Amino acid sequence: MSLYLRPGNLQEALDGLSRAPAVIAAGCTDLFPATERPALGGPVLDITAIAALRGIAETADGWRIGATTTWTDIARADLPPGFDMLKQAAREVGSTQIQNAGTLAGNLCNASPAADGVPPLLALDAAVEMACATGSRRMPLSDFITGPRATALRPGELLTAVHIPQAAGQGASRFLKLGARKYLVISIAMVAARIVVDDGGRAAHVALAVGACGPVATRLPGVERALTGLPLRDLTGAIDADAVAAALSPIDDLRADAAYRRHAAAELLRRAVSGAVSEPEEALR
Amino acid sequence: MKDMPMIALTVNGAAAQLDAAPGRRLSEALRDGLGLTGTKVGCDAGDCGACTVLLDGEPVCACLTPVIRAEGAEVTTVEGLGAPMARLKTAFLRHGAAQCGICTPGMLIAAAALLSRPGTPDRSEVEAALGGVLCRCTGYAKIIDAVLDAAGSTPQTEAPAAPVSGAAVGARIERLDGAPKVEGTEIYGADYAPRGALWVRAIRSPHFAARFSFGDLDAFAAETGLQVFTAADIPGQNIYGTIPPFADQPALGVDVVRMRGEAVALVAGDKPAVEALDPDSFPVTWHSAPELLDTPAARAPDAPRLHEARQDNILIAGLVHHGDPAAGFAAAAHVAEGEAETPYVEHAYIEPEAGAAWLDGDTLVIQACTQAPVMDRDDTARILGLPPERVRIIPSATGGGFGSKLDLSVQPLIGLVVLKTGQPARMTYSRRESMTSTTKRHPARMRARIAADAGGRLTAMEFDGDFNTGAYASWGPTVAVRVPVHASGPYSIPHYHAEARAVHTNGPVSGAFRGFGVPQAAILQETLFDELALKSGLDRLAFRRLNALPEGGTSVCGQELHGVGIGPCLDALKPRWDAALAEAAAFNAAHQGRKRGVGVASCWYGCGNTALPNPSTIRLGLTPQGRLMLHQGATDIGQGSNTVITQICADALGLPVDAFELVGPDTALTLDCGKTSASRQTVVTGNAALLAGRALRARILALTNMGEGARIALAPGAVTVTDGTQTRRIDLAELAADARGYALAVEETYDPPTETLDENGQGIPYAVYGYGAHLAEVEVDLALGTVRVHRLTAAHDLGRVINPLLAEGQIEGGVAQGLGLALMEEYIPGRTENLHDYLIPTVGDMPRIDTLLIETPDPEGPFGAKGLGEHALIPTAPAILNAIRDACGARVTKLPALPHRVLAAMREAG
Ligand SMILES: Cc1cc2nc3c(=O)[nH]c(=O)nc-3n(C[C@H](O)[C@H](O)[C@H](O)COP(=O)(O)OP(=O)(O)OC[C@H]3O[C@@H](n4cnc5c(N)ncnc54)[C@H](O)[C@@H]3O)c2cc1C
Ligand code: FES
Ligand code: FES
Repeated sequence: MSLYLRPGNLQEALDGLSRAPAVIAAGCTDLFPATERPALGGPVLDITAIAALRGIAETADGWRIGATTTWTDIARADLPPGFDMLKQAAREVGSTQIQNAGTLAGNLCNASPAADGVPPLLALDAAVEMACATGSRRMPLSDFITGPRATALRPGELLTAVHIPQAAGQGASRFLKLGARKYLVISIAMVAARIVVDDGGRAAHVALAVGACGPVATRLPGVERALTGLPLRDLTGAIDADAVAAALSPIDDLRADAAYRRHAAAELLRRAVSGAVSEPEEALR
Repeated sequence: MKDMPMIALTVNGAAAQLDAAPGRRLSEALRDGLGLTGTKVGCDAGDCGACTVLLDGEPVCACLTPVIRAEGAEVTTVEGLGAPMARLKTAFLRHGAAQCGICTPGMLIAAAALLSRPGTPDRSEVEAALGGVLCRCTGYAKIIDAVLDAAGSTPQTEAPAAPVSGAAVGARIERLDGAPKVEGTEIYGADYAPRGALWVRAIRSPHFAARFSFGDLDAFAAETGLQVFTAADIPGQNIYGTIPPFADQPALGVDVVRMRGEAVALVAGDKPAVEALDPDSFPVTWHSAPELLDTPAARAPDAPRLHEARQDNILIAGLVHHGDPAAGFAAAAHVAEGEAETPYVEHAYIEPEAGAAWLDGDTLVIQACTQAPVMDRDDTARILGLPPERVRIIPSATGGGFGSKLDLSVQPLIGLVVLKTGQPARMTYSRRESMTSTTKRHPARMRARIAADAGGRLTAMEFDGDFNTGAYASWGPTVAVRVPVHASGPYSIPHYHAEARAVHTNGPVSGAFRGFGVPQAAILQETLFDELALKSGLDRLAFRRLNALPEGGTSVCGQELHGVGIGPCLDALKPRWDAALAEAAAFNAAHQGRKRGVGVASCWYGCGNTALPNPSTIRLGLTPQGRLMLHQGATDIGQGSNTVITQICADALGLPVDAFELVGPDTALTLDCGKTSASRQTVVTGNAALLAGRALRARILALTNMGEGARIALAPGAVTVTDGTQTRRIDLAELAADARGYALAVEETYDPPTETLDENGQGIPYAVYGYGAHLAEVEVDLALGTVRVHRLTAAHDLGRVINPLLAEGQIEGGVAQGLGLALMEEYIPGRTENLHDYLIPTVGDMPRIDTLLIETPDPEGPFGAKGLGEHALIPTAPAILNAIRDACGARVTKLPALPHRVLAAMREAG
């Protein structure tokens, strides 16, 4: 029998983790499929009884999404339109059953190149908060995921929350996922786009991110720059397929080949941008 | 460890305690700990949703939930869906939403979560709610209908009145064996646990090709406390195969393995001890060898042979030659030529293979999921060195089969453990084990050339295909024989030459999968037909109608055919064809980035074994108490034979369906009704049931000296017969009961009349054929290459529709599998051994399906009926491919038509 800890508060969890390494269990929607065994192999630190880790709160400088907040929690939350893309992604993770269990932090820590949560969070300028027994630290999400299945998390650390700055709640946003079937599908490619429109009807701020087209999902700063300042009607035309392709490093796999992914990413970005800005005017501000 | 605290929770409204490790899957704890086996396990990975339960009212996958999460919570399983959901369950039965029933508990729970929310859900909300539960049988249409009905979103349908005597055939009755499927009480392979059963697990090859040797097995056994069995323990012939002359597959490998997933040893012991085993710690050393994975490699001159006696790795070649193809091509005005390639396709039933075995006296009893109990008995007996009478096969409920559960799986393995230990034994395959070790659809590489004259009449066809049959023979010979017979499609082709070879590789064994190679051949033939129609300047439907086999026409085997329904099927599609073409044209005129297209394809399929005997025998008995027992040996794997056979028998005898009690299947209680494959049960077992019903009727009429038109009725202990004003009575207790205790009993056998094929494949391969045609309407995204099938119209000639509800269900399910074949399914050995990477259609991928049932009676079939099971899948994929080409010009020749392939084909077309 291996050890299974399910503490009710964070400090207890972090203390436990500082004493001995453990598998951190959240929704288990990535952990269980990785084993054929009838039980999780331990030692296990189950963080789902820690109330402080779950839920979305407005803070002085933005929003804090607790680590064990589920996809269902996110989809049901009352959040400004900048978060629409995150909510859309939430509704496309697996199925209702998976959304009810799977957590945001699990998605990030699992660090799959096809994790649907990552592009919208990148486009929300998210930062992750990590804690260990002796303290906590923050870093941009873009630095946190370092490769397929690799993160900056250190032994003894938990991902405790994701922070979204105030400014990122602004703008209209859209998430688009391309897969070979409707539900329960791993993305061939997915994109997130967030656009803040100024009073003159121009794109004041553009955030674009692409996933499943490289070892980690990525923002597209070059393309974003090219779009910034343009009138809305010119945005999609300004998305240059070569510039998109240059920012990505997709592979051939069973779902699609690399060339297709590059092509599809640009097309999806165009659609996401046009979908975002064709919302009613008020939603864009 | 017993110092673990019990986990207290509420299950289905009652307090419960679970004695389980906190990190154990809730599904395991519910099934093992509380005996709530209504919660099914199809994948242990969140991919199938069969294990869905409500945790505090929200649906979750029990297989992904550590049991500790349920502490203090309220868990609802299918067994606990009480009165408020009664309407949902009856709607499932009335709509035929449960076929095999393995997905039903998950579907019901997911639907219950939706229905317990306020409001009346629409179709898209129902789809979203059910999106996490896979069904491989139904095509989802009837499930959606049932949920909408239960939700009050559509007018509630009333159960039709039970048909009276003589009106069973043609009645839209609910399946007779449906209730346990919606109550969660049906017992599938994994659901029966004999007391004290040893848990069995196989050690399987991680290599496609390897030699192996064992280390110190005794030391391993001593150290782990497990018992170990290898080929050396097998008392009989360690070789099996569905077609005896080709049998070549060992139950446990000897020195070499020819495929990944091949079993080489078994371990058995207490479940916890077996679970604790790390299979990598098993003392076996592998020396991997280079593998052959496709047919070109296997046929290369220097390729090593998988089986010494099989030259060029060719298991068998089939041939049909008719007329003078050279002359036919010479006379042609138009020729279409092409190639097509299809991948391995996985059956992906939601129930992985499972079963239990035990000794009853000196009889080995095996209760496992299967499609072929008598074949299981005979093969298992041979492997275990027992006479067949000492093996009894009780088919458990089977959670989908589609051809794969014709082959042995757990039977010889658990049988061996029982024989060696004297203890009961159980085994359940993991999803990966099921996918790696069991059969697949043959990957095909095909070439064909088809010609027509200036008027568009077919003059000649040539077909050549290599079918990758994998490491062992299984049903490879059947595929090699069926393909050349059927590759013409249901058309008149005067000059014809077709060859198909089953070629061994180190891939998974290819066996039977709905259509035995015919769906692959139809993909090439029907897509080339579109090209030929275009070249001939004919409408694509008109081209097919022109060339459709006429009544009394001659097949490419030289058989004169009667009851030919392809013409009527194509005619039935005509109104939708015209409308669909017009709608697509209007849509395309108004849209730039998306284009719609329409496609059509036909099928025909011979019911029963190809030119070989395949009898079925039905026994019907009346007890002295007046109970009417139907011994029905055809396994109902969801397709409905329990119901259809009873309907046929009822009308033959002249009693209502509810007068019958079903017995079996069980090799101790039922006679051989053959296998549930080749779309044969309605025709072959149906005819046996017809004969049995008639024979019992004749006996009763003779005993009472009444005329043909008399009415028969059952009363306690008696049969009454009424003709006009006269009523006579047989007191059953007064008749001497036979050895089985029946006052009256009959046994009837039917074997379809066929004739062996000569060296050119000429003869009478089948007594009965069924026909059909599908019309697909698709929308293609020109920039992304994605395809959505938005409507599918299926016309099928059933000869006589025994049960329209079940027939529609078969067709919708076939369409779903055909859509998967066309658009998403591709089994890549070693890479897609789970339902995460191997994709089958979800509820959100299905089009609206309209079914048109045609009745062109067959002279041989019971009440004119024909088979349907496999037909339903054959035309779907080519109809979709033809629609894709119509929409955007893309000619996809390598399946599935994944978005990147469609886009590439579109670019190639320019
Ligand atoms: C059927 C199915 C469909 C799916 N579909 C999708 C999909 O469409 N899109 C998608 O993106 N994903 C999908 N997933 C993957 C998965 O559901 C998500 O990644 C989910 O968000 C993972 O969260 P979790 O809480 O279940 O993670 P867990 O399985 O509990 O954990 C995942 C990993 O993260 C670690 N971890 C978890 N929480 C923390 C923490 N707070 N600090 C440090 N480490 C932590 C764990 O140790 C583990 O290594 C699917 C999974 C399944 C089974
Ligand atoms: S068994 Fe849980 S989802 Fe398949
Ligand atoms: S009825 Fe759904 S899987 Fe068989």
